[in-house]
Amino acid sequence: MRAVTVALRQWAPPLVLGLAFLLAWQALVVGAEIKPYLLPSPTAIGTQLALVAPLVWTSALATGANVLVGIVLGTAVAIVAAVAAARSGVVDELMSPTAAAVSVMPIVALAPVLNTMFGTTSTTPRRLIVAIVVFAPVFVTTLRGLRQVQPVHRDLMRAYAASPRQLSRLVTIPGALPYLFTGLRIASSTAVISAVVAEYFGGLQNGLGSRITSAAANSAYARAWAFVLGAIALGLVFYLATLALERAAARRTGG
Amino acid sequence: MSTPVSTTGLPPAAFALAAHAVEATGVGKVFTTRAGAVTALEDVHLTIGAGEFVALIGPSGCGKSTLLRLIADLDTPTSGELTVFGRSPRAAREAQDYGIAFQQAGLLPWRSVRANIELPLELHGVGRSGRTVRSTELLELVGLTEFAGHFPHQLSGGMQQRVAIARSLAEQPSLLLMDEPFGALDEMTRERMQTELVRICAESRAAVVFVTHSIPEAVFLADRVVVMSPRPGRIAEVVPITLTRDAAGRDEDLREDATFFAAVTRVREALHGDGHVRAARGVDVR
Repeated sequence: MRAVTVALRQWAPPLVLGLAFLLAWQALVVGAEIKPYLLPSPTAIGTQLALVAPLVWTSALATGANVLVGIVLGTAVAIVAAVAAARSGVVDELMSPTAAAVSVMPIVALAPVLNTMFGTTSTTPRRLIVAIVVFAPVFVTTLRGLRQVQPVHRDLMRAYAASPRQLSRLVTIPGALPYLFTGLRIASSTAVISAVVAEYFGGLQNGLGSRITSAAANSAYARAWAFVLGAIALGLVFYLATLALERAAARRTGG
Repeated sequence: MSTPVSTTGLPPAAFALAAHAVEATGVGKVFTTRAGAVTALEDVHLTIGAGEFVALIGPSGCGKSTLLRLIADLDTPTSGELTVFGRSPRAAREAQDYGIAFQQAGLLPWRSVRANIELPLELHGVGRSGRTVRSTELLELVGLTEFAGHFPHQLSGGMQQRVAIARSLAEQPSLLLMDEPFGALDEMTRERMQTELVRICAESRAAVVFVTHSIPEAVFLADRVVVMSPRPGRIAEVVPITLTRDAAGRDEDLREDATFFAAVTRVREALHGDGHVRAARGVDVR
Protein backbone atom coordinates (compact mmCIF):
# COMPACT_ATOMS: atom_id res chain seq x y z
CA MET A 1 0.00 0.00 0.00
CA ARG A 2 2.78 2.32 1.05
CA ALA A 3 4.85 1.41 -2.00
CA VAL A 4 1.89 2.24 -4.23
CA THR A 5 1.53 5.66 -2.61
CA VAL A 6 5.23 6.37 -3.03
CA ALA A 7 5.16 5.26 -6.67
CA LEU A 8 2.06 7.37 -7.29
CA ARG A 9 3.66 10.42 -5.72
CA GLN A 10 6.79 9.88 -7.82
CA TRP A 11 5.12 9.22 -11.15
CA ALA A 12 1.89 11.20 -10.98
CA PRO A 13 3.33 14.74 -11.39
CA PRO A 14 5.26 14.09 -14.63
CA LEU A 15 2.35 12.08 -16.05
CA VAL A 16 -0.13 14.85 -15.26
CA LEU A 17 2.21 17.44 -16.71
CA GLY A 18 2.74 15.39 -19.89
CA LEU A 19 -1.00 14.86 -20.31
CA ALA A 20 -1.73 18.56 -19.81
CA PHE A 21 0.97 19.38 -22.36
CA LEU A 22 -0.55 17.00 -24.94
CA LEU A 23 -4.04 18.44 -24.35
CA ALA A 24 -2.78 21.97 -24.77
CA TRP A 25 -0.93 20.93 -27.93
CA GLN A 26 -4.06 19.33 -29.34
CA ALA A 27 -6.19 22.36 -28.43
CA LEU A 28 -3.66 24.71 -30.02
CA VAL A 29 -3.45 22.77 -33.29
CA VAL A 30 -7.22 22.31 -33.60
CA GLY A 31 -8.19 25.73 -32.23
CA ALA A 32 -5.68 27.80 -34.24
CA GLU A 33 -6.01 25.51 -37.28
CA ILE A 34 -2.27 25.08 -37.58
CA LYS A 35 -1.22 23.37 -40.80
CA PRO A 36 0.09 19.79 -40.40
CA TYR A 37 3.45 20.65 -42.02
CA LEU A 38 3.99 23.22 -39.27
CA LEU A 39 2.86 21.08 -36.38
CA PRO A 40 0.76 17.91 -36.56
CA SER A 41 -1.65 17.23 -33.70
CA PRO A 42 -0.90 14.56 -31.09
CA THR A 43 -3.85 12.48 -32.29
CA ALA A 44 -2.55 12.57 -35.86
CA ILE A 45 0.88 11.44 -34.65
CA GLY A 46 -0.75 8.72 -32.54
CA THR A 47 -2.73 7.45 -35.52
CA GLN A 48 0.42 7.33 -37.66
CA LEU A 49 2.34 5.62 -34.89
CA ALA A 50 -0.28 2.87 -34.69
CA LEU A 51 -0.16 2.54 -38.47
CA VAL A 52 3.62 2.26 -38.84
CA ALA A 53 4.34 0.61 -35.48
CA PRO A 54 6.00 -2.52 -37.01
CA LEU A 55 8.25 -0.29 -39.13
CA VAL A 56 9.13 1.87 -36.10
CA TRP A 57 10.06 -1.31 -34.27
CA THR A 58 12.34 -2.73 -37.00
CA SER A 59 13.92 0.68 -37.60
CA ALA A 60 14.55 1.08 -33.87
CA LEU A 61 16.18 -2.38 -33.84
CA ALA A 62 18.44 -1.43 -36.75
CA THR A 63 19.49 1.85 -35.12
CA GLY A 64 19.71 0.18 -31.72
CA ALA A 65 22.10 -2.44 -33.11
CA ASN A 66 24.35 0.34 -34.44
CA VAL A 67 24.27 2.06 -31.05
CA LEU A 68 25.05 -1.15 -29.19
CA VAL A 69 27.97 -2.14 -31.41
CA GLY A 70 29.31 1.42 -31.32
CA ILE A 71 29.07 1.63 -27.53
CA VAL A 72 30.83 -1.71 -27.05
CA LEU A 73 33.57 -0.78 -29.52
CA GLY A 74 34.08 2.76 -28.17
CA THR A 75 34.07 1.57 -24.55
CA ALA A 76 36.56 -1.22 -25.25
CA VAL A 77 38.98 1.19 -26.92
CA ALA A 78 38.46 3.77 -24.15
CA ILE A 79 39.21 1.22 -21.41
CA VAL A 80 42.39 0.02 -23.09
CA ALA A 81 43.49 3.63 -23.63
CA ALA A 82 42.68 4.60 -20.03
CA VAL A 83 44.58 1.64 -18.59
CA ALA A 84 47.57 2.52 -20.75
CA ALA A 85 47.35 6.20 -19.77
CA ALA A 86 47.10 5.34 -16.08
CA ARG A 87 50.21 3.15 -16.37
CA SER A 88 52.41 5.53 -18.34
CA GLY A 89 52.77 9.30 -18.23
CA VAL A 90 53.83 9.43 -21.87
CA VAL A 91 50.68 7.63 -23.04
CA ASP A 92 48.64 9.95 -20.82
CA GLU A 93 50.20 13.02 -22.43
CA LEU A 94 49.45 11.54 -25.84
CA MET A 95 45.93 10.37 -25.09
CA SER A 96 44.36 13.15 -23.05
CA PRO A 97 44.60 15.87 -25.74
CA THR A 98 43.51 13.29 -28.32
CA ALA A 99 40.45 12.49 -26.22
CA ALA A 100 39.65 16.20 -25.95
CA ALA A 101 39.95 16.56 -29.72
CA VAL A 102 37.77 13.51 -30.33
CA SER A 103 35.13 14.81 -27.93
CA VAL A 104 34.65 18.03 -29.92
CA MET A 105 34.74 16.31 -33.32
CA PRO A 106 31.50 17.27 -35.16
CA ILE A 107 29.63 14.14 -36.26
CA VAL A 108 27.82 16.24 -38.84
CA ALA A 109 31.13 16.70 -40.63
CA LEU A 110 32.35 13.20 -40.01
CA ALA A 111 29.30 11.23 -41.21
CA PRO A 112 29.52 12.12 -44.94
CA VAL A 113 33.27 11.48 -44.94
CA LEU A 114 32.88 8.04 -43.38
CA ASN A 115 29.97 7.22 -45.70
CA THR A 116 32.21 7.84 -48.67
CA MET A 117 35.01 5.89 -47.06
CA PHE A 118 33.02 2.72 -46.31
CA GLY A 119 30.34 2.88 -48.99
CA THR A 120 26.66 3.62 -48.63
CA THR A 121 25.52 0.03 -48.06
CA SER A 122 27.55 -0.40 -44.90
CA THR A 123 26.51 0.15 -41.30
CA THR A 124 30.17 0.62 -40.34
CA PRO A 125 30.22 4.45 -40.66
CA ARG A 126 27.30 4.78 -38.22
CA ARG A 127 28.81 2.38 -35.73
CA LEU A 128 32.15 4.15 -35.94
CA ILE A 129 30.50 7.49 -35.26
CA VAL A 130 28.83 6.09 -32.14
CA ALA A 131 32.15 4.59 -31.03
CA ILE A 132 33.89 7.95 -31.48
CA VAL A 133 31.20 9.77 -29.51
CA VAL A 134 31.34 7.20 -26.69
CA PHE A 135 35.12 7.11 -26.48
CA ALA A 136 35.83 10.49 -24.88
CA PRO A 137 33.52 10.44 -21.82
CA VAL A 138 34.33 6.81 -21.04
CA PHE A 139 38.06 7.41 -21.41
CA VAL A 140 38.04 10.47 -19.17
CA THR A 141 35.94 8.96 -16.37
CA THR A 142 37.70 5.58 -16.44
CA LEU A 143 41.10 7.24 -16.25
CA ARG A 144 39.92 9.28 -13.28
CA GLY A 145 38.64 6.10 -11.63
CA LEU A 146 41.93 4.32 -12.20
CA ARG A 147 43.70 7.19 -10.48
CA GLN A 148 41.40 7.09 -7.46
CA VAL A 149 43.23 4.33 -5.60
CA GLN A 150 43.09 5.20 -1.90
CA PRO A 151 46.51 5.61 -0.28
CA VAL A 152 45.53 3.08 2.40
CA HIS A 153 44.82 0.46 -0.27
CA ARG A 154 48.12 1.22 -1.97
CA ASP A 155 49.98 0.86 1.35
CA LEU A 156 48.11 -2.32 2.12
CA MET A 157 48.94 -3.95 -1.20
CA ARG A 158 52.57 -2.92 -0.84
CA ALA A 159 52.65 -4.34 2.68
CA TYR A 160 51.37 -7.60 1.25
CA ALA A 161 54.06 -7.48 -1.45
CA ALA A 162 51.40 -7.64 -4.15
CA SER A 163 52.59 -7.60 -7.77
CA PRO A 164 51.51 -4.73 -10.07
CA ARG A 165 49.22 -7.19 -11.85
CA GLN A 166 47.56 -8.15 -8.56
CA LEU A 167 47.17 -4.48 -7.66
CA SER A 168 45.38 -3.84 -10.96
CA ARG A 169 43.18 -6.90 -10.77
CA LEU A 170 42.16 -6.63 -7.12
CA VAL A 171 42.18 -2.91 -6.38
CA THR A 172 42.58 -0.51 -9.30
CA ILE A 173 40.20 -2.00 -11.85
CA PRO A 174 37.32 -2.86 -9.46
CA GLY A 175 37.68 0.63 -7.98
CA ALA A 176 37.43 2.23 -11.43
CA LEU A 177 34.27 0.34 -12.48
CA PRO A 178 31.75 2.81 -10.99
CA TYR A 179 33.56 5.63 -12.82
CA LEU A 180 33.49 3.65 -16.06
CA PHE A 181 29.73 3.14 -15.75
CA THR A 182 29.16 6.81 -15.01
CA GLY A 183 31.01 7.63 -18.24
CA LEU A 184 28.91 5.07 -20.07
CA ARG A 185 25.68 6.59 -18.73
CA ILE A 186 26.76 10.07 -19.82
CA ALA A 187 27.72 8.70 -23.25
CA SER A 188 24.53 6.67 -23.81
CA SER A 189 22.22 9.57 -24.75
CA THR A 190 24.65 11.18 -27.15
CA ALA A 191 25.36 7.74 -28.61
CA VAL A 192 21.72 7.30 -29.64
CA ILE A 193 21.45 10.87 -30.95
CA SER A 194 24.61 10.38 -33.00
CA ALA A 195 23.38 7.09 -34.44
CA VAL A 196 20.14 8.76 -35.56
CA VAL A 197 21.83 11.86 -36.93
CA ALA A 198 24.44 9.75 -38.77
CA GLU A 199 21.58 8.27 -40.82
CA TYR A 200 20.58 11.71 -42.15
CA PHE A 201 23.56 11.66 -44.48
CA GLY A 202 22.45 8.88 -46.79
CA GLY A 203 23.54 5.30 -46.78
CA LEU A 204 21.32 2.38 -45.74
CA GLN A 205 17.62 3.29 -45.38
CA ASN A 206 16.84 0.99 -42.47
CA GLY A 207 17.12 3.08 -39.29
CA LEU A 208 15.04 5.68 -37.46
CA GLY A 209 17.06 8.59 -38.81
CA SER A 210 16.53 7.49 -42.41
CA ARG A 211 12.80 7.02 -41.82
CA ILE A 212 12.47 10.48 -40.29
CA THR A 213 14.17 12.15 -43.24
CA SER A 214 12.24 10.18 -45.86
CA ALA A 215 8.89 10.77 -44.13
CA ALA A 216 9.63 14.49 -43.91
CA ALA A 217 10.73 14.50 -47.55
CA ASN A 218 7.35 12.99 -48.49
CA SER A 219 5.50 15.64 -46.45
CA ALA A 220 4.28 12.90 -44.08
CA TYR A 221 5.00 15.03 -41.04
CA ALA A 222 2.87 13.11 -38.58
CA ARG A 223 4.71 9.93 -39.61
CA ALA A 224 8.07 11.65 -39.15
CA TRP A 225 6.97 12.52 -35.64
CA ALA A 226 6.01 8.90 -35.02
CA PHE A 227 9.59 7.87 -35.83
CA VAL A 228 10.88 10.67 -33.59
CA LEU A 229 8.88 9.07 -30.77
CA GLY A 230 10.63 5.80 -31.58
CA ALA A 231 14.01 7.56 -31.32
CA ILE A 232 13.04 9.01 -27.94
CA ALA A 233 12.05 5.55 -26.69
CA LEU A 234 15.32 4.08 -27.98
CA GLY A 235 17.29 6.80 -26.20
CA LEU A 236 15.42 6.11 -22.96
CA VAL A 237 16.12 2.39 -23.23
CA PHE A 238 19.86 2.96 -23.51
CA TYR A 239 19.87 5.64 -20.82
CA LEU A 240 17.93 3.50 -18.33
CA ALA A 241 20.03 0.40 -19.05
CA THR A 242 23.29 2.27 -18.44
CA LEU A 243 21.78 3.99 -15.40
CA ALA A 244 20.91 0.56 -13.96
CA LEU A 245 24.50 -0.60 -14.61
CA GLU A 246 25.86 2.51 -12.90
CA ARG A 247 23.61 2.04 -9.88
CA ALA A 248 24.53 -1.63 -9.59
CA ALA A 249 28.25 -0.81 -9.71
CA ALA A 250 27.85 1.97 -7.15
CA ARG A 251 25.88 -0.27 -4.81
CA ARG A 252 28.61 -2.89 -5.00
CA THR A 253 31.16 -0.36 -3.82
CA GLY A 254 28.88 1.04 -1.13
CA GLY A 255 28.38 4.35 -2.95
CA MET B 1 36.83 -20.20 21.80
CA SER B 2 39.24 -23.11 21.72
CA THR B 3 39.40 -23.53 17.95
CA PRO B 4 41.75 -20.66 17.04
CA VAL B 5 44.46 -21.82 19.44
CA SER B 6 45.75 -24.50 17.13
CA THR B 7 46.25 -22.02 14.30
CA THR B 8 47.45 -18.90 16.07
CA GLY B 9 50.72 -20.30 17.38
CA LEU B 10 53.86 -18.47 16.40
CA PRO B 11 55.47 -19.89 13.28
CA PRO B 12 58.66 -21.68 14.32
CA ALA B 13 60.69 -19.74 11.74
CA ALA B 14 60.31 -16.55 13.76
CA PHE B 15 62.16 -18.03 16.71
CA ALA B 16 64.90 -19.43 14.53
CA LEU B 17 65.56 -16.12 12.79
CA ALA B 18 66.12 -13.75 15.66
CA ALA B 19 65.14 -13.11 19.22
CA HIS B 20 64.14 -9.54 18.43
CA ALA B 21 61.13 -8.62 16.38
CA VAL B 22 62.43 -5.13 15.62
CA GLU B 23 65.82 -3.60 16.16
CA ALA B 24 66.43 0.06 15.36
CA THR B 25 69.88 1.61 15.72
CA GLY B 26 70.23 5.33 15.16
CA VAL B 27 67.37 5.35 12.69
CA GLY B 28 66.51 8.69 11.09
CA LYS B 29 64.21 9.82 8.32
CA VAL B 30 64.43 13.06 6.40
CA PHE B 31 61.71 13.95 3.90
CA THR B 32 62.68 16.28 1.10
CA THR B 33 59.78 18.53 0.29
CA ARG B 34 59.49 21.60 -1.91
CA ALA B 35 59.83 23.74 1.20
CA GLY B 36 63.12 22.02 2.09
CA ALA B 37 64.24 19.05 4.14
CA VAL B 38 62.03 17.97 7.03
CA THR B 39 63.48 15.72 9.69
CA ALA B 40 60.70 13.38 10.68
CA LEU B 41 62.80 11.05 12.83
CA GLU B 42 66.20 11.39 14.41
CA ASP B 43 68.49 8.91 16.11
CA VAL B 44 65.92 6.34 17.16
CA HIS B 45 67.20 3.38 19.13
CA LEU B 46 64.59 0.79 19.94
CA THR B 47 64.51 -2.96 20.43
CA ILE B 48 61.24 -4.83 20.45
CA GLY B 49 61.33 -8.42 21.63
CA ALA B 50 59.37 -11.27 20.11
CA GLY B 51 55.88 -11.32 21.54
CA GLU B 52 56.27 -7.90 23.14
CA PHE B 53 53.53 -5.25 22.93
CA VAL B 54 55.01 -1.78 22.41
CA ALA B 55 52.94 1.38 22.11
CA LEU B 56 54.34 4.46 20.34
CA ILE B 57 52.80 7.64 21.68
CA GLY B 58 53.43 11.32 21.13
CA PRO B 59 51.93 14.50 19.72
CA SER B 60 51.30 14.99 16.01
CA GLY B 61 54.50 15.25 14.02
CA CYS B 62 56.60 13.23 16.45
CA GLY B 63 57.28 10.61 13.79
CA LYS B 64 55.50 7.70 15.43
CA SER B 65 53.65 6.78 12.25
CA THR B 66 56.83 7.34 10.26
CA LEU B 67 58.66 4.86 12.49
CA LEU B 68 55.91 2.31 11.93
CA ARG B 69 56.02 2.88 8.18
CA LEU B 70 59.79 2.36 8.23
CA ILE B 71 59.36 -0.95 10.02
CA ALA B 72 56.69 -1.91 7.47
CA ASP B 73 59.02 -0.90 4.60
CA LEU B 74 56.39 1.52 3.32
CA ASP B 75 59.17 4.11 3.60
CA THR B 76 62.93 3.70 3.87
CA PRO B 77 65.10 5.26 6.58
CA THR B 78 67.64 7.86 5.49
CA SER B 79 70.09 6.96 8.25
CA GLY B 80 70.76 4.26 10.81
CA GLU B 81 70.00 0.60 10.69
CA LEU B 82 66.68 -1.16 11.02
CA THR B 83 66.06 -4.88 11.13
CA VAL B 84 62.88 -6.91 11.43
CA PHE B 85 63.47 -10.44 12.70
CA GLY B 86 67.13 -10.01 11.86
CA ARG B 87 66.64 -9.07 8.23
CA SER B 88 66.03 -5.89 6.29
CA PRO B 89 62.51 -4.44 6.43
CA ARG B 90 62.22 -5.09 2.71
CA ALA B 91 63.09 -8.75 3.06
CA ALA B 92 60.74 -8.99 6.04
CA ARG B 93 57.93 -7.41 4.03
CA GLU B 94 58.51 -9.70 1.08
CA ALA B 95 58.61 -12.68 3.43
CA GLN B 96 55.35 -11.47 4.98
CA ASP B 97 56.72 -11.40 8.52
CA TYR B 98 54.19 -8.83 9.64
CA GLY B 99 50.50 -8.03 9.47
CA ILE B 100 49.36 -4.42 9.33
CA ALA B 101 46.28 -2.35 10.22
CA PHE B 102 45.76 1.36 9.67
CA GLN B 103 43.53 4.06 11.12
CA GLN B 104 41.22 3.60 8.18
CA ALA B 105 40.06 0.01 7.99
CA GLY B 106 41.02 0.09 4.31
CA LEU B 107 38.67 -2.72 3.35
CA LEU B 108 37.99 -3.26 -0.34
CA PRO B 109 34.35 -2.12 -0.64
CA TRP B 110 33.47 -4.56 -3.43
CA ARG B 111 34.58 -7.60 -1.45
CA SER B 112 32.55 -9.32 1.23
CA VAL B 113 33.83 -9.42 4.80
CA ARG B 114 35.10 -12.94 4.26
CA ALA B 115 36.79 -12.08 0.97
CA ASN B 116 38.46 -9.07 2.61
CA ILE B 117 39.89 -11.26 5.35
CA GLU B 118 41.07 -13.73 2.73
CA LEU B 119 42.80 -11.04 0.64
CA PRO B 120 46.37 -11.64 1.90
CA LEU B 121 45.91 -15.39 1.61
CA GLU B 122 44.64 -15.00 -1.94
CA LEU B 123 47.57 -12.73 -2.81
CA HIS B 124 49.99 -15.37 -1.65
CA GLY B 125 48.43 -18.26 -3.44
CA VAL B 126 46.63 -20.08 -0.64
CA GLY B 127 44.02 -22.41 -2.16
CA ARG B 128 40.30 -21.86 -1.85
CA SER B 129 39.68 -24.48 0.81
CA GLY B 130 42.63 -23.31 2.90
CA ARG B 131 41.37 -19.74 2.70
CA THR B 132 37.88 -20.71 3.79
CA VAL B 133 39.15 -22.64 6.80
CA ARG B 134 41.36 -19.76 7.92
CA SER B 135 38.78 -17.01 7.37
CA THR B 136 36.20 -19.02 9.29
CA GLU B 137 38.56 -19.17 12.27
CA LEU B 138 39.33 -15.46 12.03
CA LEU B 139 35.67 -14.50 11.72
CA GLU B 140 35.05 -16.38 14.93
CA LEU B 141 38.06 -14.78 16.58
CA VAL B 142 36.77 -11.25 15.94
CA GLY B 143 33.14 -12.23 16.53
CA LEU B 144 31.84 -11.54 13.03
CA THR B 145 30.84 -15.03 11.93
CA GLU B 146 27.29 -14.02 11.04
CA PHE B 147 28.56 -11.08 8.98
CA ALA B 148 30.80 -13.13 6.67
CA GLY B 149 28.67 -12.38 3.61
CA HIS B 150 28.12 -8.69 4.36
CA PHE B 151 29.88 -5.89 2.55
CA PRO B 152 32.00 -3.29 4.38
CA HIS B 153 29.52 -0.43 3.94
CA GLN B 154 26.91 -2.49 5.78
CA LEU B 155 29.11 -2.61 8.90
CA SER B 156 29.75 -0.06 11.64
CA GLY B 157 33.19 1.53 11.97
CA GLY B 158 34.09 -0.76 14.84
CA MET B 159 33.10 -3.86 12.90
CA GLN B 160 35.07 -2.71 9.87
CA GLN B 161 38.11 -2.26 12.07
CA ARG B 162 37.64 -5.78 13.46
CA VAL B 163 37.63 -7.07 9.89
CA ALA B 164 40.87 -5.17 9.24
CA ILE B 165 42.41 -6.72 12.34
CA ALA B 166 41.28 -10.19 11.29
CA ARG B 167 42.86 -9.54 7.89
CA SER B 168 46.13 -8.47 9.52
CA LEU B 169 46.15 -11.75 11.45
CA ALA B 170 45.32 -13.91 8.42
CA GLU B 171 48.83 -15.22 7.86
CA GLN B 172 49.66 -15.70 11.53
CA PRO B 173 52.28 -12.95 11.54
CA SER B 174 54.81 -12.88 14.34
CA LEU B 175 54.69 -9.08 14.21
CA LEU B 176 51.60 -6.87 14.09
CA LEU B 177 51.93 -3.23 13.03
CA MET B 178 48.99 -1.04 13.98
CA ASP B 179 48.75 2.64 13.11
CA GLU B 180 46.03 4.17 15.30
CA PRO B 181 43.60 1.42 14.38
CA PHE B 182 41.01 2.66 16.88
CA GLY B 183 41.62 6.36 16.24
CA ALA B 184 38.37 6.94 14.39
CA LEU B 185 36.15 5.03 16.82
CA ASP B 186 33.97 6.35 19.62
CA GLU B 187 35.21 5.90 23.16
CA MET B 188 32.98 2.96 24.08
CA THR B 189 33.72 0.98 20.94
CA ARG B 190 37.34 1.84 21.41
CA GLU B 191 37.55 0.34 24.90
CA ARG B 192 35.78 -2.80 23.77
CA MET B 193 38.18 -3.14 20.84
CA GLN B 194 41.16 -2.68 23.15
CA THR B 195 39.94 -5.48 25.38
CA GLU B 196 39.46 -7.68 22.34
CA LEU B 197 42.90 -6.83 21.00
CA VAL B 198 44.52 -7.82 24.28
CA ARG B 199 42.74 -11.17 24.11
CA ILE B 200 43.63 -11.69 20.42
CA CYS B 201 47.29 -10.86 21.05
CA ALA B 202 47.41 -13.19 24.02
CA GLU B 203 46.17 -15.95 21.74
CA SER B 204 48.43 -15.18 18.79
CA ARG B 205 51.55 -14.31 20.84
CA ALA B 206 52.67 -11.88 18.15
CA ALA B 207 54.84 -8.86 18.86
CA VAL B 208 52.87 -5.64 18.37
CA VAL B 209 53.91 -2.11 17.48
CA PHE B 210 50.90 0.07 18.22
CA VAL B 211 50.79 3.77 17.33
CA THR B 212 48.31 5.85 19.32
CA HIS B 213 47.38 9.34 20.51
CA SER B 214 45.70 8.07 23.64
CA ILE B 215 47.58 7.66 26.91
CA PRO B 216 45.06 5.29 28.55
CA GLU B 217 45.00 3.19 25.40
CA ALA B 218 48.79 2.90 25.35
CA VAL B 219 48.93 2.00 29.03
CA PHE B 220 46.10 -0.48 28.84
CA LEU B 221 47.56 -2.37 25.89
CA ALA B 222 51.31 -2.20 26.06
CA ASP B 223 54.17 -3.85 27.90
CA ARG B 224 56.23 -0.74 27.18
CA VAL B 225 55.15 2.73 26.13
CA VAL B 226 57.61 4.58 23.91
CA VAL B 227 57.03 8.30 24.42
CA MET B 228 58.12 10.41 21.47
CA SER B 229 58.64 14.15 21.08
CA PRO B 230 58.29 16.24 17.92
CA ARG B 231 60.55 18.43 15.78
CA PRO B 232 62.60 16.43 15.17
CA GLY B 233 60.81 13.22 16.05
CA ARG B 234 62.76 11.23 18.59
CA ILE B 235 62.25 8.94 21.54
CA ALA B 236 61.86 10.98 24.72
CA GLU B 237 61.38 8.15 27.17
CA VAL B 238 60.42 4.51 27.38
CA VAL B 239 57.98 3.74 30.17
CA PRO B 240 57.70 0.08 31.17
CA ILE B 241 54.15 -0.80 32.19
CA THR B 242 53.85 -3.24 35.06
CA LEU B 243 50.21 -3.87 35.63
CA THR B 244 48.83 -6.77 37.61
CA ARG B 245 48.01 -9.31 34.95
CA ASP B 246 46.30 -12.61 35.29
CA ALA B 247 46.37 -15.52 32.88
CA ALA B 248 43.33 -14.21 31.06
CA GLY B 249 45.13 -10.97 30.26
CA ARG B 250 43.79 -7.57 31.17
CA ASP B 251 40.14 -7.03 31.76
CA GLU B 252 37.87 -4.07 32.29
CA ASP B 253 38.55 -3.82 36.06
CA LEU B 254 42.11 -2.89 35.26
CA ARG B 255 40.99 0.46 33.87
CA GLU B 256 39.98 1.46 37.40
CA ASP B 257 43.03 -0.01 39.11
CA ALA B 258 45.46 2.23 41.02
CA THR B 259 48.49 0.83 39.14
CA PHE B 260 46.74 1.78 35.87
CA PHE B 261 46.35 5.39 36.97
CA ALA B 262 49.91 5.50 38.22
CA ALA B 263 51.16 4.33 34.81
CA VAL B 264 48.94 6.83 33.02
CA THR B 265 50.44 9.60 35.17
CA ARG B 266 53.97 8.44 34.36
CA VAL B 267 53.33 8.45 30.65
CA ARG B 268 51.61 11.83 30.85
CA GLU B 269 54.57 13.34 32.66
CA ALA B 270 56.93 11.88 30.11
CA LEU B 271 54.82 13.32 27.31
CA HIS B 272 54.73 16.77 28.79
CA GLY B 273 58.49 16.57 29.03
CA ASP B 274 59.66 18.31 32.20
CA GLY B 275 63.38 18.71 32.95
CA HIS B 276 63.64 15.32 34.59
CA VAL B 277 62.50 13.61 31.43
CA ARG B 278 64.86 15.51 29.19
CA ALA B 279 67.80 14.48 31.32
CA ALA B 280 66.78 10.88 30.95
CA ARG B 281 66.70 10.98 27.18
CA GLY B 282 69.25 8.78 25.56
CA VAL B 283 69.73 6.80 28.73
CA ASP B 284 66.45 5.06 28.86
CA VAL B 285 65.91 4.42 25.21
CA ARG B 286 66.50 0.70 25.27
